[in-house]
Amino acid sequence: MSGAEGQGGPEIGGGWGASHAADSEHPEQPAHFHFDAESEVQIEKIIRRYPPGKQASAVIPLLYIAQRQMKRQTGSAWVPRVAMDVVAARLGMAPIRVYEVATFYFMFNTRPIGKHHLQVCGTTPCWLRGSDEVLRACKDAGGLKGYGDTSADGLFTLTEVECLGGCVNAPVLQVDDDYYEDLDYESTVRLIEALKRGERPRPGSVIGRQASAPAGERTTLLDVPGE
Amino acid sequence: MALSDKDRIFTNLYGLQDWRLPAARRRGNWDGTAALIAKGRDWIIEEVKNSGLRGRGGAGFPTGMKWSFMPKQSDGRPHYLVVNADESEPGTCKDRDIIRHDPHTLIEGCLLAGVAMGAHAGYIYIRGEYYNESLVLEAAIAEAYEAGLIGPNACGSGWDFDLYVHRGAGAYICGEETALIESLEGKKGMPRLKPPFPAAVGLYGAPTTVNNVETIAVVPEILRRGAAWFASFGRPKNSGTKIFCIQGHVNRPCNVEEEMSIPLRELIERHAGGVRGGWDNLLAVIPGGSSTPLIPKEICDTVLMDFDALREVKSGLGTAGVIVMDKSTDLIKAIARLSQFYKHESCGQCTPCREGMGWVKRMMDRMVEGRAELAEIDVLEDVTRRIEGHTICALADGGVWPVQGLIRHFRPMMEERIAAYKARRGSPQPTLPMAAE
Repeated sequence: MSGAEGQGGPEIGGGWGASHAADSEHPEQPAHFHFDAESEVQIEKIIRRYPPGKQASAVIPLLYIAQRQMKRQTGSAWVPRVAMDVVAARLGMAPIRVYEVATFYFMFNTRPIGKHHLQVCGTTPCWLRGSDEVLRACKDAGGLKGYGDTSADGLFTLTEVECLGGCVNAPVLQVDDDYYEDLDYESTVRLIEALKRGERPRPGSVIGRQASAPAGERTTLLDVPGE
Repeated sequence: MALSDKDRIFTNLYGLQDWRLPAARRRGNWDGTAALIAKGRDWIIEEVKNSGLRGRGGAGFPTGMKWSFMPKQSDGRPHYLVVNADESEPGTCKDRDIIRHDPHTLIEGCLLAGVAMGAHAGYIYIRGEYYNESLVLEAAIAEAYEAGLIGPNACGSGWDFDLYVHRGAGAYICGEETALIESLEGKKGMPRLKPPFPAAVGLYGAPTTVNNVETIAVVPEILRRGAAWFASFGRPKNSGTKIFCIQGHVNRPCNVEEEMSIPLRELIERHAGGVRGGWDNLLAVIPGGSSTPLIPKEICDTVLMDFDALREVKSGLGTAGVIVMDKSTDLIKAIARLSQFYKHESCGQCTPCREGMGWVKRMMDRMVEGRAELAEIDVLEDVTRRIEGHTICALADGGVWPVQGLIRHFRPMMEERIAAYKARRGSPQPTLPMAAE
């Protein structure tokens, strides 16, 4: 495998090369990928974080940058195979090492997704507080059949995720990068309806809690220095 | 007696104030850091040892001792501090608050820990889902550089210290310290065999210490106020203050920094508004994050929240994620969902875990229905014992402990479920317990 960008020409043997223009089995895969100027600025900063010769450490950050660039350019946050090849070439890694990383970690989408990624936490702490209702609301309001589905209008993709680490504000729904917390069926429907209108409600608790503080009067941090 | 606000370390836990440097300084962060550094590496380690601080990431290993494993002299290789901010243990959401609301406690702690272990560089590995939190952390680090608090000659102490943020990408296993190191090196997060331990061969083959966020973030206050102050809270060998995450079927779920060894019942009733429907409506509590076996109400009545007390009742303090379940809970399903979690998160490296987590999950799914033979409860228990302790890392242990806890305390509930199924459906198709499905 060449693993370099823009070499062109169909590869013999069906390998995962850099060019997939003739890939009839995977029509969603673009033929080319190049980091744009905005991405390049970020890449330069990131690679400096790691010692010389250890640039493979930047593989997760660069895959993120590719995924965000796809979001900017196509409206869908995902990492096509050619982008993995570009990352491999940039970091001097064998392409297979990048494919491994891109498929091992859950947050890289290896297929196109909808405009908004609805990620329902279904692990026990959220389940105890009603994550099944959040799921039901996502399906009803988002026009989704279930996990793994993308709505017909391309607005939403629904994924079940494991514990998001917002457990005292359960149940939690992550929309793209943002956590929405303390949800129930109705508030989840309202959130999704707002997203459909192109609005972006403020992330955090939907019942107005101050982060992880208890609802109502606080029992601690009543007398602290500072302000 | 409850902890008073003046003894709380995370005074901005809820984000009531600004997280930025000027407000953090008013709260006491970065006060006299250079003078603490001037007292030297040995003094810092001794003070942390004397404070009794044990790691806040789940295992509870004494922090000062862990730091003392780092080589005293560099053999030419750099030393690294790696902070584990991969907070992914179900039930745990404390480090998130430190990072987004009190980031300077962590950054100052990184500098002091770096001095103690001879490290001039540190990486904070933050779980990928904490995207907004990572932006706050990066901005806080940038202000610390700008103010000369870290970077060359940090705080004017003569010590150079660089600090970087590295985002993970959604893998629970990367909270295991050697998997985290692998991930940071750009690989799949698969744990390494130990020895060699990271203090000898860690990140990039260099001496490395991995510590949890909360562990590092409490260090500056320990050094400022003294080891004796921190050790005055909690029982001996369980000292200090601790952030508890109280959730599930309580009236007012919350995070709260309390004294170690606080009774579980007092913790829930004082800070979380009590169990939904009253204390007598309590069924069971998972006291320290998903990996710790549940404890039934009669133990909850009196147990103290610390490492040793929870160990005595065959559970653990873990990360102090307190998952409360009232009598309306389908407990078998609650635990089965955890089995699903561990199946999903197994890295696949060790056979007992890769195959076992899936097997346990499928078995637990049948237990939820009651579609099983009574004898299969013993088979399930037996298989968990064969998985436990037979893998490179502790993920599989954490995966089977919840099931063991369920069988230990709620076996009659599982038997009833099976009996009910039989009554409803007749005897199930004979199952081969060893078959996957």
